[in-house]
Amino acid sequence: MSIRTPLAQAKGLGSAKEGVAHWWAQRLTAVALVPLVIWFVISLIGLVGQDHAALVSWLQSPIQTALMVLLLVATFYHAQLGLQVVIEDYVHSEGTKVASLLGMKFVTFLLGAIAVVSVLRIAFGGA
Amino acid sequence: MAQFKLPANSVIGKGKHLRAPEGARNTKAFHVYRWNPDDGQTPVVDTFEVDLDRCGPMVLDGLLKIKNEMDSTLTLRRSCREGICGSCAMNIDGTNTLACTKAIDEIQGDIKVYPLPHMPVIKDLVPDLTHFYAQYASIKPWLQTTTQPPNRERLQSKDDRAKLDGLYECILCACCSTSCPSYWWNGDRYLGPAILLQAYRWLVDSRDEFTGERLDNLEDPFRLYRCHTILNCTKTCPKGLNPGKSIAEIKKMMVARR
Repeated sequence: MSIRTPLAQAKGLGSAKEGVAHWWAQRLTAVALVPLVIWFVISLIGLVGQDHAALVSWLQSPIQTALMVLLLVATFYHAQLGLQVVIEDYVHSEGTKVASLLGMKFVTFLLGAIAVVSVLRIAFGGA
Repeated sequence: MAQFKLPANSVIGKGKHLRAPEGARNTKAFHVYRWNPDDGQTPVVDTFEVDLDRCGPMVLDGLLKIKNEMDSTLTLRRSCREGICGSCAMNIDGTNTLACTKAIDEIQGDIKVYPLPHMPVIKDLVPDLTHFYAQYASIKPWLQTTTQPPNRERLQSKDDRAKLDGLYECILCACCSTSCPSYWWNGDRYLGPAILLQAYRWLVDSRDEFTGERLDNLEDPFRLYRCHTILNCTKTCPKGLNPGKSIAEIKKMMVARR
């Protein structure tokens, strides 16, 4: 129960003066993922029936390595941006919200980092 | 944390059933949400059988006939009865619309009438729109300039005037905002489609000199960016307007000024 005026409640703490960067990054990664996913699917189809060595040597080509890293970065960045919106939409208790945002960002960054490191290890012949 | 149990007032009981007078041959059942803040009871749905041969064509006519002839305690807002005041916005047959412009014969079967969704209810079909109006006030819905006012009208080209078409017709009935899931979950901070359409109406007004300040005021993860283009707003608008497009235009302006 608050006895502040309705206008004071509507204005709250004022505008955060941000949000456009998040929105723009979400669109940008979405657009970037269209050609990257098409490239990925076509490449996989091209590798159907070939053995592990063929896949490794395909991935070791600089262009394929770079595209694969870009695909993984865009995917996990886009997932992080989207999950942030979902949490902000539905989690209303401040403590739970901050904790789930931190946890979600840690998990997406960790998975993204593991994925990129894996590709680089293959690319540089570590695996 | 998440609420696993709904509040007591979300359990809606069955209310009374009033039949049409003897001899009525063309009747339609209205199932109307009733809640009285004074009697301590949870809400019920009353059923009224209305004699359509002695009733006007619109849902509002039916509701007023019920109030006049069957149950005078039925509480609803109405004023102009021609779709220009926005008072009689309510949820009819599952869709937010104006009772005065919704024809009874457009609806198959019984007519279910509820207040606008997810608003605090004052009584029966009357929702509390205080916060909605305060949000409207927060966007300063008036012309703002610093240039000295001219001694005559403020001129506007025909093209610039045309930009207000599809915006100035909004009557602030709140059908769109109360149909929006984002507004349901985050209406305390998200401005909702109606207020954002009104904000855009002032952003594109060629006579206004505070476009940048208005955008500053909207640039917020909650005020503007809770819109996820669900587009219930555009689907439900009883005036045929497109709040979803207005919000998209605001987002484009935000990017354009980066």
